[in-house]
Amino acid sequence: MADAFLLSRIQFAANISFHILFPTITIALCWLLFYFKVRFDLSQHPVWMRVYRFWVKVFALTFALGVVSGITMSFQFGTNWPGFMETVGNIAGPLLGYEVLTAFFLEATFLGIMLFGINRVPSWVHTLATLIVAVGTTLSAFWILALNSWMQTPTGFEMREGVAHAVDWFAIIFNPSFPYRLGHVLLASGLTACFLVAGISAYRILRGDNKKAPNIALKTAILAAAVLAPLQVVMGDLHGLNTFEHQPQKVAAMEGVWETTEGAPLLLFAVPDEENRTNHFEIAIPNMASIILTHDPQGKIQGLNDFKGEHPPVAPVFYGFRIMVGLGMLMLLSSWYASVVLLRNNALQPWQLKFFVGMTFSGWIATLAGWYVTEIGRQPFLVSGVLKSADAVTDIAPANVGISLAMYLTVYIALLVAYIKTLFYMARKSVEIEEYSLSELSSRTNEEPGNQSENARQGVTV
Amino acid sequence: MILDEHLPAIFAALMAFSVLVYAILDGYDLGVGMLLPMRNEQQRDTMIASIGPFWDANETWLVLAIGLLLIAFPSAHNIILKELYFPAALLLIGLILRGVSFDFRAKVIQSRKDTWDKLFKLGSFMAAACQGYMLGMFVMGFESSFLAVAFSLLSAIGVATAYTLIGACWLIMKAEGELQAKAIGWARKAGYIAFTGILLVSVINPLINEFVFSRWTTPPLAYLFAFVPLLCFGFFFMGYKTLKRLPLENDECCWLPFVLCVSIFTFSFVGLALSFYPFVVPNQVTIWQAASAPESLRFILYGALIVIPCIFAYTLFSYRVFWGKVRDLRYY
Repeated sequence: MADAFLLSRIQFAANISFHILFPTITIALCWLLFYFKVRFDLSQHPVWMRVYRFWVKVFALTFALGVVSGITMSFQFGTNWPGFMETVGNIAGPLLGYEVLTAFFLEATFLGIMLFGINRVPSWVHTLATLIVAVGTTLSAFWILALNSWMQTPTGFEMREGVAHAVDWFAIIFNPSFPYRLGHVLLASGLTACFLVAGISAYRILRGDNKKAPNIALKTAILAAAVLAPLQVVMGDLHGLNTFEHQPQKVAAMEGVWETTEGAPLLLFAVPDEENRTNHFEIAIPNMASIILTHDPQGKIQGLNDFKGEHPPVAPVFYGFRIMVGLGMLMLLSSWYASVVLLRNNALQPWQLKFFVGMTFSGWIATLAGWYVTEIGRQPFLVSGVLKSADAVTDIAPANVGISLAMYLTVYIALLVAYIKTLFYMARKSVEIEEYSLSELSSRTNEEPGNQSENARQGVTV
Repeated sequence: MILDEHLPAIFAALMAFSVLVYAILDGYDLGVGMLLPMRNEQQRDTMIASIGPFWDANETWLVLAIGLLLIAFPSAHNIILKELYFPAALLLIGLILRGVSFDFRAKVIQSRKDTWDKLFKLGSFMAAACQGYMLGMFVMGFESSFLAVAFSLLSAIGVATAYTLIGACWLIMKAEGELQAKAIGWARKAGYIAFTGILLVSVINPLINEFVFSRWTTPPLAYLFAFVPLLCFGFFFMGYKTLKRLPLENDECCWLPFVLCVSIFTFSFVGLALSFYPFVVPNQVTIWQAASAPESLRFILYGALIVIPCIFAYTLFSYRVFWGKVRDLRYY
């Protein structure tokens, strides 16, 4: 039977899952836009402006979806999780407050100049506005992940009469899991944006767009992904070790370890069975999990049975982890392979382009899977060791939560479909736009007419 | 040095200020959204262009206001949003529809543009009306009686009209020619209804709430408070006279209706704030009862004192960049 607790959880999960799709693109996409704009300022080559203008439109649309879905979050703390603010409001409140004050206003205000001010302000001010929006989106990630990490590994507070009080703000913000989580999420955003840019650019090229702009965007995105993907592997490993230290029950669920084991195998695949507290159909590499987590083939991994009643549901964490890691590996291999091809031939084969079209939203799936691992992995606690989710829930009638959930879901699904369709429509429309003309090139070389033909011949290189 | 016992009052003032700024800023852009003429695409483009660079930052004031309620008065945040569960959900859906329509309308196939414009208008109306309904429920102390619902519905119409009024005044300032003439007509009509609405609320509010009644009738402060409605209605009268004369040659005074409207919003809001201070949930919870721990309030206050002036500075910069009559808004 569905109760307010379950429905509130589904509603919050739906909300935050929908929301996270958009910031995870915009955080890194804005830095890419800044790069494009700087390249334009330095070279004055119109192709960089073409790249900028196409992706700034995608950015605007994505940002709008992120903003409106984010507002919903600030309401739901009160509507569905009153116990959260009652218990840890003294900690969560200021962190959220700083996010609004230092990040939201900054990005929202300069976004206006970034999108519509290009002919109203000097070019350097416009570039600066792009940079400020990028800083703003990143700051926003900083604050919200500080809060999220504090919920995972709370420090710097004391409990008085059942309410958390701040003792040391530095320890609260820079809690043990924060640096790893922030790095992991920012890199995830980078990969998500790179594969989105690569996928849409590949789609344009497949549709017969032989202009320079999509080729440049494709190359930039794939080369950037080839750098970010191995960094993410390292960061993910560090994050895992940190989790192993502070939240061993989460790692036990990720690895599917029921009994405390010395020399635990790495399960490539298995079907965890929570009822009988065992796994079926295991495919494993012996001792590998112990090697990864303890750097010792006989290292001890605490099993789930040590945390009976206090550990998360195993299946979603177990599968989510494998989806995330699997996609991460696919991103690593494909971006490296494509980089080699691009550096040699300066173009990808049609089947390779099709592959990247297929990978357009791979970052979304990996991010969501990773998010579920870490958030479901925190259960049954809302704040580890401090507050259980079940104790924070609203006493609103389940039917009311059900109705609001249905409304949100309808809107979210419709918007998601519209968003994806619009992205591809924008890509198709851009195919018909003409290549920049040589007059655009010559306008910047008025002083030195001799350079014109040379520049046109050289084209541009990433 | 700020004393601990002053912190709740300071945060109440900050929160009230954010709500007021929100009502003015998002008020005009929601108002413009509700006024979109479905039969004239070109005017719709101009109208939306006039609010395009601003809506996002405007909406952030709502996040700040709700954020401050959440940070400074968490128990009140819980009570208020639980009582207003459905109107809040509908408000959010309205804001979602309006916000995404900005971008979708400009990027989709031409034949779909009308649909997104309709959603833009609908979303703007939903958001405005829900805010009015929530305000009504707040004033009525979250009763679920027939009277309270009726009053709240009236309040929904009132707030939607007030937003339409300030939206029309914004357009008088930002638009030219035919659209400006249209806006003057809209402002006049909305002005009559908004005037009636504010008058009604001013009369009903003290009649249904003893606390409010005594606040407005107990001398000596009552003499001072009496200036609030008097000034408010004075601004209405000036607005009425101005709108009769506009447009003037060289477009002089095109900014006057907007300034008057901002003054009306400010004084109406001061009136409401005076009615309920120090309650954050009318007749139930005061700001002192609901306040968070002082060390948390202090931590955020120091940041806010540094950051809010910066926000003002760059907001002014942004308005300066887009100063004057609206031009074709393009970024591609």
